[in-house]
Amino acid sequence: MQLTNRSKEVSNKQMTLAEKMYLPAIAQGLAITIKHFFAKKVTVPYPEVKRYLGPVFRGHHILKRDEEGRERCTACGLCAVACPAEAISMVAAERKKGEENLYREEKYAAVYEINMLRCIFCGLCEEACPKQAVYLRHDEFVPIFTERDEVIYGKDKLVEKMDARYIRNNPDAQATPTEPSYSRLSS
Amino acid sequence: MEPTKILFYALTAITLLSASFVVTARNPIHSVLALILTFFCLSGHYILLNAQFLAAVNIIVYAGAIMVLFLFVIMFLNLKTDDEESKTTVTKLAAVVVGGVLLVVMVAVFRVATMATYNPSSYTSKVGLVENLGMVLFKDYLLPFELASILLLVAMIGSVMLGKREAGDRHY
Amino acid sequence: MNTTELIIKGILIVVLFGVTLLIAMYSTWAERKVAGFIQDRFGPNRAGPGGIFQPLADAGKMFFKEDFIPSQANKWLFILGPCLAILTALMSSAVIPFGESIRYEELLIPVQGIEINIGILYVFGVVSLGVYGLMVGGWASNNKFSLLGAIRAASQNISYEIGFGLSIIAILMMTGSLSIRAIVESQHGFAWNLFNQPLGFIIFLTCAFAECNRTPFDLPECETELVGGYHTEYSSMKLGFYLFAEYINMFVSSAIISSLYFGGYNYPGMDWVRETLTGSLGAATGHNLATLIGTIVLFGKIFFFIFFFMWVRWTLPRFRYDQLMNLGWKTFIPLSILNVVVTGFGLLFDIKYASWAIIIVMVIMVMVSSARAPKPVVQPQRT
Repeated sequence: MQLTNRSKEVSNKQMTLAEKMYLPAIAQGLAITIKHFFAKKVTVPYPEVKRYLGPVFRGHHILKRDEEGRERCTACGLCAVACPAEAISMVAAERKKGEENLYREEKYAAVYEINMLRCIFCGLCEEACPKQAVYLRHDEFVPIFTERDEVIYGKDKLVEKMDARYIRNNPDAQATPTEPSYSRLSS
Repeated sequence: MEPTKILFYALTAITLLSASFVVTARNPIHSVLALILTFFCLSGHYILLNAQFLAAVNIIVYAGAIMVLFLFVIMFLNLKTDDEESKTTVTKLAAVVVGGVLLVVMVAVFRVATMATYNPSSYTSKVGLVENLGMVLFKDYLLPFELASILLLVAMIGSVMLGKREAGDRHY
Repeated sequence: MNTTELIIKGILIVVLFGVTLLIAMYSTWAERKVAGFIQDRFGPNRAGPGGIFQPLADAGKMFFKEDFIPSQANKWLFILGPCLAILTALMSSAVIPFGESIRYEELLIPVQGIEINIGILYVFGVVSLGVYGLMVGGWASNNKFSLLGAIRAASQNISYEIGFGLSIIAILMMTGSLSIRAIVESQHGFAWNLFNQPLGFIIFLTCAFAECNRTPFDLPECETELVGGYHTEYSSMKLGFYLFAEYINMFVSSAIISSLYFGGYNYPGMDWVRETLTGSLGAATGHNLATLIGTIVLFGKIFFFIFFFMWVRWTLPRFRYDQLMNLGWKTFIPLSILNVVVTGFGLLFDIKYASWAIIIVMVIMVMVSSARAPKPVVQPQRT
């Protein structure tokens, strides 16, 4: 069986004097390594230079607000059901009078917690959400944690900030229905 | 006392101590290391006698090559410190007799021998350096020098013959 | 020798010692940088700009690690091993001439630790003692792998010392002196020994690799076969001393290669530089400045060879043990003896470049042998 055209048959033939002297082969090898010495480095020095992770990267979770700034989540629990790692838990509450500018519908999540040690960033919660409320950001990692009590992310870390709204810049994937794009903001 | 004299006495003391440790040490590795130290001190004596070349060659040949081989072999043999059964009374007695005879011969020789003295008028700091040593070796003592080289050649050929694998037998 | 001369000499020795240690220290950093660059990486670049404080960080780490001595080890010899290794490594830089001379008023003080009549033999003696550090440490660890590493180190060093010594004899014959300073002075200007002794240079360089236990001859510390080599049981600064000794050895051998074959502090046009500088800046300042330029040139050569050591390390795989022994005993020793004989004939008939004859003959033999070799059968590619 021949897999590539570059395969070489192993032979035990007598070496010629040039091969026995090693020197030509050594010079060849040295030439190759010095070429690499001056070549462009492939390493990305991470914290200083960040690489574009792609339009569909699944990073930090975010709970979206709608165009008027009201939380979209209705605490239906479908994300928690979909979650294979059982990382999501929530407590639902009823919207009071005067809170209409905070929550879009009558029911909302009073507590919404994701255990980041359990989360496997599969994105099933994003797909399960009927209200387009939970997304996994494509541009941000979940930062490292060094203490146990930093592990569970509550609403304070998850809900979208109004002054830094999240828009997925994804020109290639305009048609995806789950896209939090400008067009959906305006509609 | 002059500094060279102090150096001489210190070196002599270390030489004698380490040489006696070679004989008395239980562990053969310690014994070899003490022998290396002895060679070092001997090289120090050569330097005090202004024979730098001899000192360097002593270190290269004895301390650097021969003693490494000694150490090499002893490490392979893995001798135990209490491996004493080979030393029977007969061997001990024979060793004492041989050593005593050697001592008698040495004492007899040194009693009659006259030490060569140096001539202070012709002595310069160059005596004992490698150029003069070469002149002496290749002019006055050419025949013994060449004979020694033939001896070494014969020894070398002998070792090559011993190490040579005969046709058909494989030792590995 | 008066007091001023003693003081200048003392300062010089301390400076040379410090420079040796500093260069060895930064060789560890350079080694990792070169390795990184050759493998398309950056190498250490976190501690300080470009990782410049990496050696300090490494040393700090080494000092604070647990200093472990195995319970069955021979304690005193276990400690003696790394001490011997670093001691012998540091001793050999004393006789290398790093520059011509410093002029202070009417005194001319050579830039050298000590000028002895048998400089090159001194270096050989010290190098041949270097193996004791490895052997004693490897044996005292009371570990089979360490012992095997030590024995490999010993047999390799003894085997290559012969080629090492014989390859140099041709140069000693041409110079007529054993003093390194005399050898360097005989290569004044651009009359470097490399042009008379190309074969000797190749043999010497290869043997220097073997004596330093550098790749492709790093069998004493072959991880795949010996767990770690002679320093398997070592930790903390004792291991650090072993590794450090290797880098000092590398610096010293680079310095000796540059002194013996690449003219040391000599460079083309050095007389013109000296005359111009003494003419324009006065006798003392100009002389010292010209010496400084020569020293810088020498260090340039040394750095090139240190780089070459690293370059080869990250290019070549290790030799097999039988290949190592065959190369040492069956190739280098006969070749260097041939080189001595041919150089001797050259000196007799006053032909300076006699040693090139061996190279030319070898090249012709190589070409004939390659031409007569059976052509590899080109198999038609199946589609």
